Amino acid sequence: MIPEIGHLALWFALAFAILASWIPLWGAYKQDLLSLSFAKPFALAQFFFVAVAFICLTWAFERNDFTVAYVANHSNTLLPSRYKFSAVWGGHEGSILLWCLILTGWSAAVAVNSRHLPIDLIARVLSVLGMINVGFLLFILLTSNPFDRLLPNFPLEGRDLNPLLQDFGLIVHPPILYMGYVGFSVAFAFAVAGLLSGNLDATWARWLRPWTLAAWSFLTLGIALGSWWAYYELGWGGWWFWDPVENASFMPWLAGTALLHSLSATEKRGVFKAWTLLLAVSAFSLSLLGTFLVRSGVLTSVHAFANDPERGLFILIFLMIVIGGSLTLFALRAHKISSSAQYEAVSRESGILFNNVLLVALTLVVLVGTLFPLVADVMEWGKFSIGAPYFNTIFVPVGLVLLTIIGVGPVLRWKKDKPYRLLQTLRVPAAVSVLIGLSIPFVLNKTHPLALVSSVIAAWVIVTTLIEMKRQITHGRHWVAGFAKLPLSLQGMAWAHMGVAVTVLGITFTSLYSEERTVRVVPGDELTLAGYHIQYHLTQSVAGPNFWAEQAHLTVRRQDETVSQLYPERRFYYSQQNPMTEAAIDAGLMRDIYVALGEPLATEGDDLPRAVRVQYKPMVRWIWLGGLMMAIGGGLCIADKRYRAKRYVQRPKVTGASLSS
Amino acid sequence: MNPKRKQRLISVIAIVVGVSLAAAILLYALRQNINLFFTPSQIISGEAPLGTTIRVGGLVKADSVIHPQEGVAMRFVVTDNVGEVTVSYSGLLPDLFREGQGVVAIGVLNAEKKLIASEVLAKHDETYMPPEVYEAMKASAEDSTIKQP
Repeated sequence: MIPEIGHLALWFALAFAILASWIPLWGAYKQDLLSLSFAKPFALAQFFFVAVAFICLTWAFERNDFTVAYVANHSNTLLPSRYKFSAVWGGHEGSILLWCLILTGWSAAVAVNSRHLPIDLIARVLSVLGMINVGFLLFILLTSNPFDRLLPNFPLEGRDLNPLLQDFGLIVHPPILYMGYVGFSVAFAFAVAGLLSGNLDATWARWLRPWTLAAWSFLTLGIALGSWWAYYELGWGGWWFWDPVENASFMPWLAGTALLHSLSATEKRGVFKAWTLLLAVSAFSLSLLGTFLVRSGVLTSVHAFANDPERGLFILIFLMIVIGGSLTLFALRAHKISSSAQYEAVSRESGILFNNVLLVALTLVVLVGTLFPLVADVMEWGKFSIGAPYFNTIFVPVGLVLLTIIGVGPVLRWKKDKPYRLLQTLRVPAAVSVLIGLSIPFVLNKTHPLALVSSVIAAWVIVTTLIEMKRQITHGRHWVAGFAKLPLSLQGMAWAHMGVAVTVLGITFTSLYSEERTVRVVPGDELTLAGYHIQYHLTQSVAGPNFWAEQAHLTVRRQDETVSQLYPERRFYYSQQNPMTEAAIDAGLMRDIYVALGEPLATEGDDLPRAVRVQYKPMVRWIWLGGLMMAIGGGLCIADKRYRAKRYVQRPKVTGASLSS
Repeated sequence: MNPKRKQRLISVIAIVVGVSLAAAILLYALRQNINLFFTPSQIISGEAPLGTTIRVGGLVKADSVIHPQEGVAMRFVVTDNVGEVTVSYSGLLPDLFREGQGVVAIGVLNAEKKLIASEVLAKHDETYMPPEVYEAMKASAEDSTIKQP
């Protein structure tokens, strides 16, 4: 009964989404107050019904209702309860439902927090969000219904959730990543609404900024969590594989980062308006493209798409409508949007422009690298694979240039700056950062040329950011008073920029100085890796709730001092045939020791020799620490009081010249 | 030049420089880093280049996995039921690696047409094999039926 309620709730949500996608829009066109006032209740109703469906599906999981096909395929009576909860989004149907839940959640949040926005603008925004929701609900109901039943021959036991996904990481990573992915739909809807009304003043940009910041912060956190999960769960010790699935989330991140910066210029100076719109449309389009890539099956093979044509084709058509429609609208209306303000070649605006050009170039690089093998396969040019070297060749130099201008950007003045003043301001920080940047690698005894370059540039970002903060704080005041007066958005920017530097340091040192050895061991064997002595004791069997495991015991020592005891496992889940590697990690700020257990290297006898892979990963935690700092920075910016102040906000106006054109 | 034009000029120059730079680096990186996929029979017939990184896909031949007496450099044979290639690999095998199942090995062919693998992938579940392997095997099966009427 409960699954039927969930199914019905989805139809109700669809009905409200269809109503929401035209009534308020029509109201904005006709300046009809009654139709406009429906926008918010419709948004809330969509959220309510999708939430009901989501709760019903969760209930089916917790109650082991294997008559529901989706539950039977992704759960098991032995599955621990917390994983039954995360199993809700462990498969295709459930993750699209999560997508929908988050989309309606964002719409509801916009509806609730928009009292001070012009009612016609918010009606258009909610209409556009409603249209997107119609697409996704139709997709669920027509091709991917999670409530489909297996009656009358339902299984008594479920097939279990993929063991890789039975992990804390899967509980938190997908919802947070989706919050980011889908969050760009708000920026998209604001852009389309802006294009429809032709009214893009500073208020518009100021309203869009916190929403974009929120989506970006979630996406940053989601990507960092995903990278961390892959690192400890996949057993290879890699933290980024340039896998198409990862690229799918990285492209909206790059475009979203460009959007944030361009928005700041649009808000402060009224420049780059059309460009900002285009970025807002692109960021969400790339999110949709990512969803298409991940959900249609084209990544396993372009032919997997043909095996399940309904789903792939549906998303592809939806993608073309959304991207094609919004770009057409952009082409028709963009000329009406003029940026009146002017700026000189040396100015904050130019800095932001440069930042945007690089970020967009990087987005295109990822796009080409991700789509080229698919296109080549469809066109029958051959089966190519584009691996990490392609991306690294481009990201290392362009990334370092981008990092260098992070140090300059915040110091630059809006509109017009003097090159001479700039040189004078940056002379000292440049000297200091070269000094610090060069000394750190020598202290750590890691002096690869790239490590030197990257340390200097990272130090440059941190030093210039701190000096700029100091200048803002001590601007003729005592520093305590100054710090209290420092706008949160400036603090947030400082956190985010320094976060980038921290991540880059982590990436540099991990990539250059990781050490790895795969060795054959019998009990008592000891090996040395990067100054650590690692002794293998034994392997024994242990039991878990829904698996049994071979568990090895190793001791890590350094200079006769025991650092840690590690217990890597190879797990055998009762419901699956293949083993799963569960690495053991001794984590630290400056280095990780990472041990993975391999198969026995002989079949007979006691104390079988085994393969173990031991890795030394310096500063790998910095990669995620930097991501966390960026997300915190985004959060601080949102909390800035200027986004709450009402004096900036125009009175709601229903009648007047700004209404449609 | 009036400021408006100057500003537009800056934008245009920035975009042109950025795009051409990106395109140049892109082409360079693509040329250096594309790996081609080969089947064991293509390797035997000499279609695959020696000394550059390639990918080889097929099934792990039954009973072909040889663990060494010492060290961890193991060997196995990849087959597409027509040709066979010996792969040597020092490292932990992926969890999904099994005899009789599909794999993709990434590495360099040496003079004896033996693949020195740097990475072995087995991204599939038990019910199907990697799509490339499936198609490669289908293609070589068709070839062999034509050759042997």
